[in-house]
Amino acid sequence: MLRSVLDAGRDRLRRGDLGSLPVAVGIVLIAIVFSSLNDRFLSAENLTNLALQMAATGTIALGIILVLLLGEIDLSAGSVSGLSAVAMTLLYVQQGWNVVLAVLGALITGGVIGLIHGLMRTKLAMPSFVVTLAGLIGWQGLMLYLLGDDGTINLPFDRGVAQLSDTWLPAWLGWLLVVLLWAGHLASTLVTRQMRVAARLAVQAPVWIVVRSAALGLLLAVAVVVLNSDRGVPLTLVIFGGLVVGLDLVLRRTVWGRRMYAVGGNAEASRRAGINVTSVRIMAFVGASMLAAVGGILAASRLAAVNQSSGGSDILLNAIAAAVIGGTSLFGGRGRAYAALLGILVIQSITNGMLLLNVDSSVRFMVTGAVLAIAVAIDSLARRGAADGLR
Amino acid sequence: MTSQKPTARAETQGVLSARAVTKRYGAVQALAGADLDVHAGEVVALVGDNGAGKSTLVKAISGAVAADSGTIEFDGKPVRITRPQDAQALGITTVFQDLALCENLDVVANLHLGSEARTGGVLGEIRMERAARDLLASLDVRIRDVRAPVAALSGGQRQSVAIARALLGKPRMVILDEPTAALGVEQTAQVLALVGRLRERGLAVLLISHNLADVRAVSDRVVVLRLGRNAGDFVTAQTSQETIVAAITGATAGAA
Repeated sequence: MLRSVLDAGRDRLRRGDLGSLPVAVGIVLIAIVFSSLNDRFLSAENLTNLALQMAATGTIALGIILVLLLGEIDLSAGSVSGLSAVAMTLLYVQQGWNVVLAVLGALITGGVIGLIHGLMRTKLAMPSFVVTLAGLIGWQGLMLYLLGDDGTINLPFDRGVAQLSDTWLPAWLGWLLVVLLWAGHLASTLVTRQMRVAARLAVQAPVWIVVRSAALGLLLAVAVVVLNSDRGVPLTLVIFGGLVVGLDLVLRRTVWGRRMYAVGGNAEASRRAGINVTSVRIMAFVGASMLAAVGGILAASRLAAVNQSSGGSDILLNAIAAAVIGGTSLFGGRGRAYAALLGILVIQSITNGMLLLNVDSSVRFMVTGAVLAIAVAIDSLARRGAADGLR
Repeated sequence: MTSQKPTARAETQGVLSARAVTKRYGAVQALAGADLDVHAGEVVALVGDNGAGKSTLVKAISGAVAADSGTIEFDGKPVRITRPQDAQALGITTVFQDLALCENLDVVANLHLGSEARTGGVLGEIRMERAARDLLASLDVRIRDVRAPVAALSGGQRQSVAIARALLGKPRMVILDEPTAALGVEQTAQVLALVGRLRERGLAVLLISHNLADVRAVSDRVVVLRLGRNAGDFVTAQTSQETIVAAITGATAGAA
């Protein structure tokens, strides 16, 4: 029984499929290092702040994963997040739209931008690097134009979008969420297993289910205990987490997701198999820009304002780095939605820990860069080792 | 390894019959009036030197290119094949040399690529895995883990997956383009055994190959092309390798 678990693990290692193991080890190392340097790092308050800091860039990283899966790139995600947030703010504050409609307007702005990128990539056959580089510059220009001379528009603190970042689930609701997630995961695992048994297909050893379910439950429980001991589970974390789980299900369980991986793995083979490669590509760009818009709204909510640096500085690079550190391949076809969560956790932990230590941002950039390089190096080495082993 | 029973090609209804097919690429006359018949339950090997017109003839049948002139009959009825979809609609499927597999996806996903089992938009993984398992078992293709990515398979296994995928559309005729070109001895044997099982299923199989040993091992008939024309049509079991080589090189005129 245990043997089959080990066999499965060994098979994956031989294929160079390290999964989330390196990132998980990295997160533990980061936690050990920073908590030994500053005992506030692992405090409930700081971890809650960390959760708040992650949501916006993490959501943008989710969108980046969509295009990376196709072997494409989106350099415009930061600018699009800023522009969409400004669009939302203008509709909400200046035009007096209902908050839901304003948010919807921002999402549509993102969607239309993604559609333009997708059409340029597919119909004009422009490399996505150039398309989205033009977007990076152009959409930021449009955002500055919309902001006008003031350069800053505040969101009302006490209602609407700004409240998103200041809403905390009551303790009981946090626990209910954990129980539902855990039970949902276990139930779907058991039902799938039952169906596979009925279809006489190979199933995992029961011990594997117990181990995984227990690990998931423990992880969720620890998170909610920590968050509840401060202000509670932040709503923005629920939104980000919901997007991660939702996108993971879409990518792994739907026809559309399967075709994303197929086109990313071998576009020519997909085309010959009758898959509409053009529409898959366009959808990926639309999804990426819409997730960037959501990220922009979350960022604006946290700041309770939009300004000239919305969606600027290192947001884009952190989002791409998060996707890659989390295990998404730059060459397409490999990666999961959870990469955004794990990757942004690494990057934001480093940033957060360095700020606690009052380290200059020069050092922070160098460390983040080194972590990105190490993450990709580990993946490359595992892959090369696997390729040699198969020969 | 291969089936030993003699073929009954004289009695079976021809599945595909191409007559006087021509194709010109600029100054090059790739096909100058080639004929080809392939019957159900028969493996026909198409051989010839480089530039003899094998690929062009196959492309004309599979719809990758449109022939300039000539007729193609399928089940005795004249048909027009100008696009790959035309050939697919007739039940002609081609396994190209590059296999067209997605190496990042597992065997089940590759077998169902483009025609995934689904409920709403949700993948029917169990249905697909069961279909994949049954299909591979019926072809006696052994793959330890159908959930392993294709990148982890051997060359012979990949070729087998590509051929198995061609069968999911319930075709009448399968065209195999150099299926053993990149394979070692043991994997070649596996693939040739699979070709034999396609014949047992009553499919018409057209095999393009450079390897005369493979051709002699698995085919029922050998059609030789030379300079865009037919240079011989032999019953494999009654023909020596020297005769085939002579037809390929043009040393003799082949038996028609």
